[in-house]
Amino acid sequence: MEPFRSVRGGGARVSLAAAEASLLRSLVGQVMSLVEPDDLEGPGSSPEPGEDAELAALEAMVHGPGADKPPEDPVLARLLPDGYRDDPEAAGEFRRYTEPALRSAKHQAAQEMLDTLPESGGRIQLSQDQALSWLKALNDVRLALGVRLGVTEEFEEQWGQLKPDDPQWSAFEVYAWLGAVQESLVQAMK
Amino acid sequence: MVVSAAPAEVEVPRSADNPVSDKPWVTIVWNDPVNLMSYVTYVFQHVFGYPKKKATKLMLDVHHKGKAVVAAGAREAMERNVEILHGYGLWATVKQDK
Repeated sequence: MEPFRSVRGGGARVSLAAAEASLLRSLVGQVMSLVEPDDLEGPGSSPEPGEDAELAALEAMVHGPGADKPPEDPVLARLLPDGYRDDPEAAGEFRRYTEPALRSAKHQAAQEMLDTLPESGGRIQLSQDQALSWLKALNDVRLALGVRLGVTEEFEEQWGQLKPDDPQWSAFEVYAWLGAVQESLVQAMK
Repeated sequence: MVVSAAPAEVEVPRSADNPVSDKPWVTIVWNDPVNLMSYVTYVFQHVFGYPKKKATKLMLDVHHKGKAVVAAGAREAMERNVEILHGYGLWATVKQDK
């Protein structure tokens, strides 16, 4: 990958190899299915392909407020965090009324990234809005991977202590690469 | 937060004031080991319209002190902030600033 470059008018452009594009698509797709609202997956209520997040949000609204407990999966709990600390009641109330929309927003950012990221890679030019969706979706992927790997601020040391044949080694390599991709996009958007 | 391969340029204002501390409700952003320092600064600029200097100062407060108050005002507005910041993957909460 060559770093992202600014585009006049606020967007960004990048050139990705097919392997990079396919890795990104796979990771973004995983986060996308993770944040999918549970009550939209049941028979009869799942949106048709092509229907967008606005409809999902509308459905969530019709289905009523969401859960009031943080998700048990630590990755989901990080992607959908509490809005209050040390006040479970306020946190539950906040979650009931904001979590469905937050899930939809994350789903939509991931979808917009997939829509603008060809499987084969190549030269990709993003508008400012599309680049913003990429930033959010990339960040969610890094959060998910970071939680799974137990990444701390001493990431480099953690990685350095692994032997190259450790199954986690390549996941750390991917995590580091994602950081470089996101950093380059942030710089291009300034 | 982490410094990535291309660290953001930082300027720390010596006498940064906090004009919002007397308001009743606040938006707090907490440090986490994943979010890039440059990204957090970008989000503060983009979401709150803060100038780069202020956004950078707040980002460094989050990084060094573990958290920072990034906005203050009515409870509903703070909840809206937190919702937006969660959309960006920042770890944010609302609190009454007693």
